[in-house]
Order: sequence, then structure tokens, then C-alpha cells
Amino acid sequence: MAKISYLQAIHQALDFEMGQDENVFVLGEDVGKKGGVFKVTEGLQEKYGELRCLDTPLAESNIVGTSIGAAMMGKRPVAEIQFAEYILPATNQILNEAAKIRYRSDGDWDCPMVIRAPFGGGIHGALYHSQSIETVFTSTPGLKVVIPSTPADAKGLLISSIRDNDPVLFFEHKKAYRLLKEEVPEDDYTVPIGKADVKRDGDDITVITYGLCVNYALQAAERLSKDGYEAEVLDLRTVYPLDREAIIKAASKTGKVLLVTEDNLEGSVMSEVSAIIAENCLYDLDAPIMRLAGPDVPSMPYSPPMEDYFMLNPEKIEAKMKEIAEH
Amino acid sequence: MIDYKEAGLNAADLKEMYRTMLLARKLDERMWLLNRAGKLPFVISCQGQEATQVGAGYALNKEMDVISPYYRDLALVTHFGMTPQETMLSAFAKRGDISSGGKQMPSHFSKKEANILTQGSCVATQLLHAVGASYKFKMDNEERVAVTTLGEGSSNQGDFHEGLNFVGVHNLPFICIIENNKYAISVPVDLQYGAEKLSDRAIGYGMHGDHIDGNDPIAVYKAVKEARQRAISGEGGTLIEAMSTRLTAHSSDDDDSYREKKNREDCLVKFREYLESYDIAEESWFESMEQELKSEINDATKHAEQAPYPDPAETLTNVYEEVNNG
Repeated sequence: MAKISYLQAIHQALDFEMGQDENVFVLGEDVGKKGGVFKVTEGLQEKYGELRCLDTPLAESNIVGTSIGAAMMGKRPVAEIQFAEYILPATNQILNEAAKIRYRSDGDWDCPMVIRAPFGGGIHGALYHSQSIETVFTSTPGLKVVIPSTPADAKGLLISSIRDNDPVLFFEHKKAYRLLKEEVPEDDYTVPIGKADVKRDGDDITVITYGLCVNYALQAAERLSKDGYEAEVLDLRTVYPLDREAIIKAASKTGKVLLVTEDNLEGSVMSEVSAIIAENCLYDLDAPIMRLAGPDVPSMPYSPPMEDYFMLNPEKIEAKMKEIAEH
Repeated sequence: MIDYKEAGLNAADLKEMYRTMLLARKLDERMWLLNRAGKLPFVISCQGQEATQVGAGYALNKEMDVISPYYRDLALVTHFGMTPQETMLSAFAKRGDISSGGKQMPSHFSKKEANILTQGSCVATQLLHAVGASYKFKMDNEERVAVTTLGEGSSNQGDFHEGLNFVGVHNLPFICIIENNKYAISVPVDLQYGAEKLSDRAIGYGMHGDHIDGNDPIAVYKAVKEARQRAISGEGGTLIEAMSTRLTAHSSDDDDSYREKKNREDCLVKFREYLESYDIAEESWFESMEQELKSEINDATKHAEQAPYPDPAETLTNVYEEVNNG
């Protein structure tokens, strides 16, 4: 197995699926000739032609809405929204249309499509290139929201998303694109949607998180280990619908739970995770559920000290882990 | 009205078109009666727009082409294969409603077998779905056309502009028909757009534009037939503005006291006069047609009234592929 980056893993998944299913096509702003602003789709137009790797006009609702139409006709579009916050003009098509195609036609029509978008901060992207916007979509049944934390998961989950017969939002942490590298299975490789994954075993505390924070939590766990505390790290991988069983199991295992997200604290995915634990694990808990998240400000600022203040990092996570371990 | 022979139609075609227009009108009228009798919570009408809808439908290939209609398109979907019984089951929200299994309000049409895409309530969203379908036809080199119909109110939405721009960029096999009935609920056209004709916008999108009499089914047929031919010949999309008439209030929940009701042209009356003037059909034919359709609608209504409601647990079905049983 070759060691490849998170970005290369996503590219590989797209290439593999386009190669084995001619109904799969990619569309979005700058995805064709340029190969995407991050180069995720580089070379795909050359290989599969202009119609299957399409540079669209700058109009997000059109990108998503036409994908829905093509999906209803049997295609498997993979739409790229250049930055996650640019998805907002397309939210009506996502929340009111894509999510409801199967339900409102009572199963007569379906909408097998993927919307990929880079999200997350720590790359000097300021307010409009740093956001975590998953909660816009994580209370709409009909949608699936996937956020991989490793190159192998990114490849396996993207292939599963493309093959899924319902609309999937696939958020890729842009700081992870070139930062994270590992061995990734070649060719056909899938990771199931809707299943969380224990990324580290531990008996003292449980950290539940997703996205780039999984890597940060794992680094923090190694440091904390020197203090004699072993952390269980659960990677949600799919943030909607949540893997309730895995959450309950991981929380009950140690009784001390830290929930970590790069999103703003209020109303984040972790608010729902917290509710699941509160409803199901009360008598197994040895400490209050703790959350670590971005501050409740509109978005991530540009200036480095303010960006660092907002962003999570292994140090911040380690400090909070220690606090709950010592509780 | 234009000459039917010039449009390539014959007497049998005209009679079939009239029959579908009348069927939709009678169904619609029946639903209003049922609403006023307290049996249906909601009705939204096609009345006055049957000529545009049937003229357009008749020019399409309903086995091949895909339509993405809006809530007034009862006559269009009836032509494409929505049966009176299915219409009534949907109106009563009963089991067997092909459009949505009782999940949506009436007139949110959907029937995959009849090439009718599912639609929501947010206007103009359906345009992009038809554009996506037409992109598929281009990718796969299929001789098929995707058609969206909408009201002139929808022409103000961003999706309208975004979708037509994309059609123009790729010369997609697509037709957009604006059924301009001159009101977006209560708002008249002079408060909706500053252009003289909405079809003029076609120039800006890089496509063909037509401004036609939507109360003349033959004129609509001709324009849509030509648009379809251009579409399958790789000459791209067409924006058709069919000037039409809304004979009812916006819906059963609207009183249209905000507008004058005089001098409204009824396309069904006009088409009947046309058929009589060309000796295509006589009084007795019209009478027998009325009787035939009345009995069909009686049967459909009775069937729907007696049909069971969906099981309450069906609230939980068809959320995801893997969640079909709650």
C-alpha cells in the first residue's frame, strides 16, 4: 500500500469511481481544466472528458439543482462547492429538494448524489474560508453528512457516498488535505456510512470528535498517556445520522466524556451527541459531559493570534482531557 | 387562433386535445366543489391554463421527454399519464396517491413511470432539475428533451436565471414554458418585472425566445414542437412565454378580491368555438364528451373517497433507501 495524503485519497476515490461507473461525473467551479482550487480533481477532465468533469458557471444553486435532476435520471453526480460557506446559496436545493426527493415521492424517485466541500480553519482563510457549516444540514432527515478524519477513511467513505442512493454531503477538512498522510488501500475500498470508529483504545476517559480534531485528539491522547491517563478516541465519521450505538458504548466505557468540535459551541453536532449520552448513559457517568469547541462568534478571524484563539489544537484538547481525567 | 393544418395537426388531434383540456377542467371544478363541501382541505387550479398545458404536452414525446411541472399543471400531467383516479387519491390524501403517498399537498405532481419529476412548493426549484435531466440527455446523446413549466412569478427567482444561463452555455435540449397568467397570487405583472416581455430574456441567456398566445393550444403546440426540434438537433434551449389566464383565485384559501374579473378569455370556450367553426366537432360530440368525462370523474371521486388513508406509520417510510419501514 502506498502512503498518500488526504487530498490524494479523495482524488483516488473520484478517479476510481469515474473509471468503473460511467454514470459518475464531477461538476463544480474550476474543477475541470484547473483541477480544482485545491487540485482534488486534477487530471480528471483530461481522462474522462469535459462533460464528465465539468467547469460550471459560478452559481451554486445551479450546481446542486442540476445535480439533483441528473441524479433523478440515473446519473451519480459528485458536485464540488469550492468552499463550504459558499454552499449557502444552494441550501434550498439541498434541504428542500435533495433531502426530500425520496420522501415526497414516496420512494418513486431517488437522488443519489454527493456534494463535496472543503471546510474548516487554521489556514488563514478568515470568516469565509474557515467555517464548519455541518450543523446547517445535521437536522434534516433525508441527508447524510460525512466528515472523514484520515486519508483511508476519506477514500473509503467517498466511494461509499458515491454508491449511496441518497444525497450525501461530504465535508473535507482543508487543513488535512496535505497535512495527513497514511497508507491507503488501492483500488476498490469502502468504509460504511453511519458507522463511527474507535481510533484509540483507552479506559480512563472518552473523547468523541470528528474531522481534523481526531488527529489533534490522538496527539493529545499520546501526551496525556505520559500522565497515566489512557483516552478512548471515537471518530464519528458520519455526523448525520449519528451512530448512537457507538456513542453510547464509548461514553459508557469510561464514564468521563469530552466532546470536541471545531464548530461554534452552541448547537453544534456535539450538542446532539451530548443529548444522546445524557439520555442513555446517566448512571454510567462519573463526571459532567464536557464540550470543547470554537467560541460563539460569527466565524474565524484572519489575524494569526485571533485565528489561533478560535482554532483547536492538541494543547487545548490535552488540557481539557486532563481536566476531565482528574475530575 | 392559428390554422391547425399549418401546425401539422389533424381533426383527431384537435379532438384529443380538447378532451384532455376538458378532463382537466372538470377534475379541477370537481375538486373545488369537494373543497367547498368540506371534503378536501385544499385545491389549487389549472383553470384557464389548459390550452398552454395541453398544447405543450401534445408537442412533446411523452414516452421519451421528461417534464418538471408546477402546481397548476393538472392538464399537462393528465396528458402525460396522471389518471383521474390518481388525481383524486392525491386530493383526498389517500393510499395510492402516486405523487407522494399522501405526504404532499395536492398538485405536487410526481410519477416516474410517466416521466413526471417530483416537485416541491418552492417555486422555480424544479427548473434546475429539468436542466439537470437535459444535461444527462446531452451526456448520453439521447434524443430527449426536458421541459419545465412555471408561472411568471417564478421568473423572478434566482434558480430561473441560474438554470437558463447554464442551458445557454451548453445548448441543452431544454424548454422552459412560462405560463404567464399575469398574477403571482395578488401581485400583478407591473410589480413583478420591468421587461416588456419575459421571453426577451432569452437573448441574455443565449437561447431562442418565443412570446405566444397561451390561450391558443395550436399556437402553443407549434411553438413547443419547433422548440423540441431545435433541442434534439443540438440547437439548444427555448424560453417560451405563453400569455395565459388564471380563471380562479390563487387557491381555495385565496379570495381574489384584489383584481378585476371582467374580460377574461377562457381558452376552453375559445377552443370549442374554433372546433365548431371548422366543423371538427358537433354539439352532440361535445355533449357526449361531457357525459363521458363526468362519469369518469364520478368513478374516480368515489374510488378516492372510499380508499383508505395511509397507515400512520407510513410517516416514517422512504426517508432513506434503507429506512423504508420506519
